[in-house]
Amino acid sequence: MKINAFEIGSLLLFMVNCVLCNNFIFSRFLGCCPFLGVSSKVETAAGMGLAVTFVMGLASFITYFVNMLLSALGLVYMQTIAFILVIAALVQFVEMFMKKGMPALYNSLGIYLPLITTNCAVLGVTLLNVRGDYNLLYSVLNGVFGALGFLLAIVLMAGVRERLESSDIPKCFKGFPSSLVIAGLMAIAFMGFQGLVK
Amino acid sequence: MPKKEQSLKGVFVNGILNENPTFRLVLGTCPTIAVTTAAINGVGMGLAATFVLIGSNVVISLLRKFIPDKVRIPCFIVVICTFVTMIQMLMQAFLPSLYESLGIFIPLIVVNCIILARAEAFASKNGVIASAVDGAGMGLGFTLALTLLGAIRELVGNGTLFDMQILPAGYQPMLLFVLAPGGFIVFGLVLGIVNAITDKIARNRASKEAML
Repeated sequence: MKINAFEIGSLLLFMVNCVLCNNFIFSRFLGCCPFLGVSSKVETAAGMGLAVTFVMGLASFITYFVNMLLSALGLVYMQTIAFILVIAALVQFVEMFMKKGMPALYNSLGIYLPLITTNCAVLGVTLLNVRGDYNLLYSVLNGVFGALGFLLAIVLMAGVRERLESSDIPKCFKGFPSSLVIAGLMAIAFMGFQGLVK
Repeated sequence: MPKKEQSLKGVFVNGILNENPTFRLVLGTCPTIAVTTAAINGVGMGLAATFVLIGSNVVISLLRKFIPDKVRIPCFIVVICTFVTMIQMLMQAFLPSLYESLGIFIPLIVVNCIILARAEAFASKNGVIASAVDGAGMGLGFTLALTLLGAIRELVGNGTLFDMQILPAGYQPMLLFVLAPGGFIVFGLVLGIVNAITDKIARNRASKEAML
């Protein structure tokens, strides 16, 4: 397969688009629960982001073939159920694999791994791949770079929240409310990237 | 059986007020922020989730004695997924415009934490009727919260409410509120206000009890 310069250009554009313009948190609103729940410390946020990146890349890859199989059998209405089962199995598999092969990483991610099954960004990206009619390469890139956008967002958020810990905010705004307002302000900043890719 | 009725009513009200899934438990934030660009979307999403909640709660409560503890989460997900596929097909057939505007968030009800949380915390431990009532209460609480957020965003960001012009024509709509950042900010502010109100109520009750 020959890839010419134009294709490389459009691939790069697609990657930038995934990370900055169509950021999973700020413009597609997928994965908000872990974004708000696991963003109190930078290290755990980065760990969660990396685990999600891994699972989203793999899930995009596998569901591409699952979808091919389903459309060949005329069972497209089973899409959601098939995808969620693939994701649940995948997460379980990754968890077992990490426990054996990378105990250090497993211990730092441990509790966040099972949570990824119900991260809507993972199911979301597989459904978006199908709706967008992406080919295999673009599906995987969408998964990996979309998740990197998620990683960027959650780490930035954790950085802000670590600083906020010591500041004096009204009691009723502590926790979720202030995090949501911060996320809103960050979303305004990310809107600035909108003009980057046409 | 007055006592049982009382408790069912308690379960129902619990979902709407004390344990409102959106404002008190802060679950299911993704659809909350994503679909509340207009009040009608909030109602549609809320009712779809209510349908799934009632259905999955009833089925899981019926099956609670048969599902082995170790594989309960995958079993719950399959049950939930069945109802989500049903509502997806029903909406596609009868409400195509709402289906279009909610888009990917209909299939994503599967991973809405509210539904799995109720299956795990309530339906797997309680009887069928109580579970159905709990599903209805939680679903209505979710619907009310989404409608409130959608109404605020639509009114400020577009000057309309349920597609009717409310604010005078001279009003300059603040488009930001319909866009992504508005979702986060409005949700944050409303959550803060709800926290302040419930705090105040709790304090009043405590001081009243102290006086007695």
